[in-house]
Amino acid sequence: MNKKHKKNRNVAIIGVGQTVYSSHREDVNQPEMIHEAVSLALKDAGLTMDDIDCVVHGNMELFEMVHQPDMWHTIGDGAYGKSAFRLTTGGTTGATLVSAADNLVASGMYDVVMAVGFEKLQEGHTTGGITNMADPLWTRHLQTGALTGATASYMIQEFGEERAKRAAMKHRIDMDKHAVLNPNSHRSFGLDYDQMDDLIKNSPQLAGELRLIHMCSQSDGACVVIMASEEKAKKLSNKPVWIRDHITIHREENFSTMFTYDMDERDPTTHRVAAERLFERNGIKDPVEYFNVFEMYDPSSWWGLDWLRDFFLLEGDEVLTMVESDDFKIGGKIPVNPSGGVTSANPIGATAMIRVAEAALQVRGDAGGHQVPGEVNHALASGFGGTYWTVLFMLEKNLDWQKGEQ
Amino acid sequence: MNQENKDCYVVDGKLALPYQYFAGRTGSRFLISLRDKKKIFGVKCNKCDKVFVPPRQTCERCFENISNNWVELSDTGEIVNFSVVRYEGKHLPRKPPFVLALIKLGGADTPMTHIVEGIEPEKVEVGMKVKATFSDEPTNTILDLDHFEPV
Repeated sequence: MNKKHKKNRNVAIIGVGQTVYSSHREDVNQPEMIHEAVSLALKDAGLTMDDIDCVVHGNMELFEMVHQPDMWHTIGDGAYGKSAFRLTTGGTTGATLVSAADNLVASGMYDVVMAVGFEKLQEGHTTGGITNMADPLWTRHLQTGALTGATASYMIQEFGEERAKRAAMKHRIDMDKHAVLNPNSHRSFGLDYDQMDDLIKNSPQLAGELRLIHMCSQSDGACVVIMASEEKAKKLSNKPVWIRDHITIHREENFSTMFTYDMDERDPTTHRVAAERLFERNGIKDPVEYFNVFEMYDPSSWWGLDWLRDFFLLEGDEVLTMVESDDFKIGGKIPVNPSGGVTSANPIGATAMIRVAEAALQVRGDAGGHQVPGEVNHALASGFGGTYWTVLFMLEKNLDWQKGEQ
Repeated sequence: MNQENKDCYVVDGKLALPYQYFAGRTGSRFLISLRDKKKIFGVKCNKCDKVFVPPRQTCERCFENISNNWVELSDTGEIVNFSVVRYEGKHLPRKPPFVLALIKLGGADTPMTHIVEGIEPEKVEVGMKVKATFSDEPTNTILDLDHFEPV
């Protein structure tokens, strides 16, 4: 299954732009909001729209009740007269946009491609959009949309109520402490660890042990990433961040088999499969050791905690021990979501791109207040969508990994 | 921040669009058995040795056409996971609190999602045996299987 992937040519991220993420943006319409991120990315890269060969645009279907948003956003993203594509793959959209842009540049079709992910969740009906992804025959009447208590239930069964609940809440507070350092955060509460017991008990329950405090918000915002071929990147940028590899693991949309087909023999999740295949084909034996930072798509703290096991190939209770030991905090062994992650901002069509963008900023050393200490040479970023599918990215500061391959 | 939003106009709108979804032969056969005979059928992929419910034409894994390999399933199964839903939403099938469970029916390999009633939500447990209660009036949907109750 793990075919050798070799790029036709190297591709680097040379520009990143993000709006502030918030619950309301009445001051700008959709193309105006996108224009903010586009302008910032162009400025970051030191380019103008004349330098951009192609625009890849995406968001969630149905969320703003807009048909063909890529068309009417042309006045905001500058795609007039250029090649442009629209992609929408659910929660992974932002990461899929970067995958596609990377493929377009690597293929030789375009030298400089701009990926634009956005969402204005406040304008539409998120649950209405999300529940329509369920099969109308089998689960549309029998689902809770994006809210699921199943992972909490599994982890409590596996590790015991006290330890599992405390670990999930510790992780939530860790992420909030990161969010406070990021001026783009939609939500940063200033939580502290002495609130843990109170939050575990009193934060309103949504589904099972998934509580309001664990869950991501509905945000407005846009993110833009500009990618260029090696030749162009070296000319245009002082700090190109190389897209070493990425993998997408897809599967059927199915709410009932979301976690497994067979409860007695649980299948590896798409996250685990993505991590195993990506690391194997790149010769990464120990991801915790290799990577310096991980920006993860963590829609809730329970999912974040559970998924770290998959992405870092952890066994047993290692993930709990690592959370308890502050390993995932800024300054820890392997910082996770120094940006604050998805529980701090979730403009869905942009969210998975923000993971890649933030990972790239960390590699550059340009993440500002939430920059992790020390050299960041290797970064990991993930996207998540629907009833489990995965996009996983590896970014590098230097092109030196290729020496061994040639 | 609020200052910046002064005199920024918000246009309200509403979309309510009807749609149809064609169940196809495989889905229709399942629904007709459910409605007329109160029987639950799955389909088996012989290659992967998995019985799927609800049924599907092709196995996601090996891509074989499995739509003719019908297997009758028990109307009793085991709760393999569940959530007590505590928030209210128009898309939800019951008023909160109610229980949505993953139920693995006898003879099936995939769990199916359904409502569990006839028990206090606090008393539901993984491993509990539950039995299907069929709807009195036909709905021609999965809700012809109205809910499950503890055996």
